[in-house]
Amino acid sequence: MSAHSSTDPKTAVLWDTHDHGHDVISTRTFGFFLYLLSDGMIFATLFAAYGVLSYSHSYAAGPTPASFVHPWYTFLQTVALFLSVLAYGMGMGGLKRGSKSGLLSGLLAAFVLGVVFLGLDIHDMMDLADHGITIMTSGGTSAFIFLTQTHAAHIFFGLVWIAVMILQVMIQGFTTDTVGRLLSLRMFWHMQAIIWVFVYIFVYLWGYMS
Amino acid sequence: MLVPLAGGWNPLLGRLALDQIPYNNPILAPLFVVVALGALALIALITYYHKWGYLWKEWLTTVDHKKLGVMYIIIGLVMLFRGFVDGLMIRTQQVWANGPDSSGVFGAVHGYLTPFHFGQVYSAHGLIMILLAATPLLVGFMNIIVPIQVGARDMAYPYLNALGLWITAAGAALIMASLFIGDFSHNGWFGYAPLFEIQYSPGVGVDYWIWTLELLALGTSLGGINIIATIVKMRAPGMSWFKLPIFTWASLSANIIALTSFPALQLALALVASDRYLGSHFFTAGLGGNLMLYTNLFWIWGHPEVYFVILPAFGMMSEIFPVFSEKPLFGYITMVAASFAIAGVSWLVWLHHFFTMGAGPEVNSFFSIATMLVGIPTGVKVFNWAFTMYRGRLTFSAAMLWAIGALFLLLVGGLTGMMLAIPAINYMVHNSVFVVAHFHSMLLVIVYAVFGSVIFWFPKVFGFKLDEYWAKVMFWLFSAGTVGVFVPMYMLGFMGETRRLDYVFNTAWHPYLVAEEIGIFLYCLSVVAFFVLLYVSIRDRVKNQVGQDAWGTSRSLEWLTHSPVPFYNFAVIPHINERDEVAWRRQHGLVQKQPEKYLDIHMPNNTGMALYIGALTFVLAFALTWRIWWLCLGSLVAIIALMIVRSFQGDAGYIIPAAEVERMEKEALAREARIQTGAHPLPAGGRPVPGEAIAYERQDKL
Ligand code: HEM
Ligand SMILES: [Cu+2]
Repeated sequence: MSAHSSTDPKTAVLWDTHDHGHDVISTRTFGFFLYLLSDGMIFATLFAAYGVLSYSHSYAAGPTPASFVHPWYTFLQTVALFLSVLAYGMGMGGLKRGSKSGLLSGLLAAFVLGVVFLGLDIHDMMDLADHGITIMTSGGTSAFIFLTQTHAAHIFFGLVWIAVMILQVMIQGFTTDTVGRLLSLRMFWHMQAIIWVFVYIFVYLWGYMS
Repeated sequence: MLVPLAGGWNPLLGRLALDQIPYNNPILAPLFVVVALGALALIALITYYHKWGYLWKEWLTTVDHKKLGVMYIIIGLVMLFRGFVDGLMIRTQQVWANGPDSSGVFGAVHGYLTPFHFGQVYSAHGLIMILLAATPLLVGFMNIIVPIQVGARDMAYPYLNALGLWITAAGAALIMASLFIGDFSHNGWFGYAPLFEIQYSPGVGVDYWIWTLELLALGTSLGGINIIATIVKMRAPGMSWFKLPIFTWASLSANIIALTSFPALQLALALVASDRYLGSHFFTAGLGGNLMLYTNLFWIWGHPEVYFVILPAFGMMSEIFPVFSEKPLFGYITMVAASFAIAGVSWLVWLHHFFTMGAGPEVNSFFSIATMLVGIPTGVKVFNWAFTMYRGRLTFSAAMLWAIGALFLLLVGGLTGMMLAIPAINYMVHNSVFVVAHFHSMLLVIVYAVFGSVIFWFPKVFGFKLDEYWAKVMFWLFSAGTVGVFVPMYMLGFMGETRRLDYVFNTAWHPYLVAEEIGIFLYCLSVVAFFVLLYVSIRDRVKNQVGQDAWGTSRSLEWLTHSPVPFYNFAVIPHINERDEVAWRRQHGLVQKQPEKYLDIHMPNNTGMALYIGALTFVLAFALTWRIWWLCLGSLVAIIALMIVRSFQGDAGYIIPAAEVERMEKEALAREARIQTGAHPLPAGGRPVPGEAIAYERQDKL
């Protein structure tokens, strides 16, 4: 196919003497997007496992979600997480305007709301444990707790990351590194909210109704 | 929350105690002495030659994709050797422990391995060969070749690349540690639910297995992200998608599989760990656990994984055939399409690993047909390679021999796979050594392609060729071993020998087992030939030096830069005009044309951080295995702290000034000229060595 070349060898450009280079920020955010893809696969697999372990016999005649999930309580978590994402987005508006304080206040609000989410989650888990519902109770509760707490662990690491970014922007300002990370973190934070939607619908609402 | 344990535990050392060290084991204790002496000798040699600084500066802290790739390949070869020794042990046990009259030593009733020890050997063998031999070897080649083939200076994320390597190394170290500290899993490489639950496997073996796999899955996923991003984002100007070299395409399809399938493994093992550590009931036999859930989750990763390893091997073959046929690859577009078709279908076939689960005719039919569909794109590839060779000017160099061997094995493995894909046949031979022979045929395709690639790309990385004669000796010994081991194995499979037997009851099978033993002995000889090959090649390295185009008939971009490749890959990034850029430039006399001017080059700095984090992941995995909680927490916090420190440091990289680039280039070109005027190792007509080069004159006048 390439034996009959379409390029004229006499005039062909052989070297990139202008050195076009590569856009660092877009390369990094693309890589982080790929990571999120694999993270999404973890959750997809986890949802599949949850589905398999949510037949009535999976609860081994013990408590089922219908008896222990509280969609209204969890709705508070939903609100907290969504507001956190919103605050982050408004902070990024600050980045666009080049306003450090705008960004930092957005991040700070996102952090606080994330802590609220996590606090509500931990309180919920303690409450369940008080009622004798733990990861050891049955296959069904194992899946319930593992799924929700895997999400919570993501929120925890996201909070650590937000805290680091607050410090970093305070110290270093807007550099290629920090801006790239802020963009990646935004993707991460949005992604966790999207996953939470699935958790809320499939685990809490569906669990409550079935 | 934590499960109660059989046996002791203390807060300081977890489950670790002196009686976990097998100092009285007649096989492991001497082995430990040998390994320890070897390590001491190595340390002494490095110290004697004052090489610590060199090792640290040039290798341990490097972020250069070529060096990282070389280290991946070294890990792969070392682990291939370890896995091979496991295989030798398995074969020897079976030929020995055959029939009720067979003798037994070292505490075994028959043979020399107790069932428990035998179980560990085959479990380690499988895990090592797939995840610590095949995978690092292929990842190593992707690391070295892909950035050069796309005309980049390095991977998209050089630091992440180093991190991936050191995490993989941590996985290798962990499974090696299991030899001398505690036991390894005896559950097979894929694990049986609920046998791996803590009630039935109370030791640390399964925990070693979990954390080794988790480390390797993590390392491979990070590598996958890097390679995809490198291909998508770092291509040289002019390199549109359909000018991408074929190995790069293969790497892309393979890593898309890796990135999307490894999470399933990570999760499946996390759930096993949850059962074993936290007492949950994902896969337990009671309280709502689901055994088949594990098997499904594992093979949802497991089948894509086998294509993750075979696709790069296909890519290697696609590079080797054209160069030694002196023709462009036949059907480039269909080759790319086939790779992606295989990658896509590989997601829909996992259930063929357990047709006997009894899911019913609809489900089994679906997966049976889906599995057979894989045969179509695979067949396309086979025909494309055949047509590439058809009427080509063939050179039967060692690399070519390995590639052709791979082609034959692919045929055998593919066709037996097709047989296994039919549930009716599968019910007969499932869990027999027929399956074992099938997937060894397939995995040997990879080994063949890798050895072919070692020979093919060695001159690119090190600047001199491997010795053809010894490479061929090794090839023929290895192939004789393949026939010797696996032809009888197929037969035994049909006769009903089940897999993983530490004691073979049927004495009528003895001749076949002996034939297999002879086969593995031939493999041993090929290992010796490999060491001779290395020795001879390094001894004659001056004589065997080559210029940039080592084979004289090369086609893709990596052959446009010097051999060995300078650390910045290309002095000036090439502008791509054609699919087979180097072949095109050679055809039009443009290969010698150098850029008119040089530019500053921006390179990343070395860092020890990746090594530290990799080492800490080893500590973390080891602490988890032995349940040393304070150490788990400590190493986890340390890892996160180091990551934060690194994020504050960043890396501005450094600049090589244009004048310096020009000086280095002049030097490299002078070397090139010296080699050109000296005796070129492959004169056009081929040397009159028997079997060396058979050049066909083309008769057709197209
Ligand atoms: C034409 C393509 C292929 C087909 C139709 C095919 C089919 C099958 C089937 C049906 C089984 C299940 C056998 C059983 O356990 O009863 C199997 C097992 C296996 N195949 Fe393949 N296969 C193909 C390609 C490959 C490739 C490319 C590889 C690896 C590079 C591979 C590696 C394996 C492994 C490792 C196992 C068994 C794992 C175990 O049980 O330990 N196969 N294959
Ligand atoms: Cu399969």
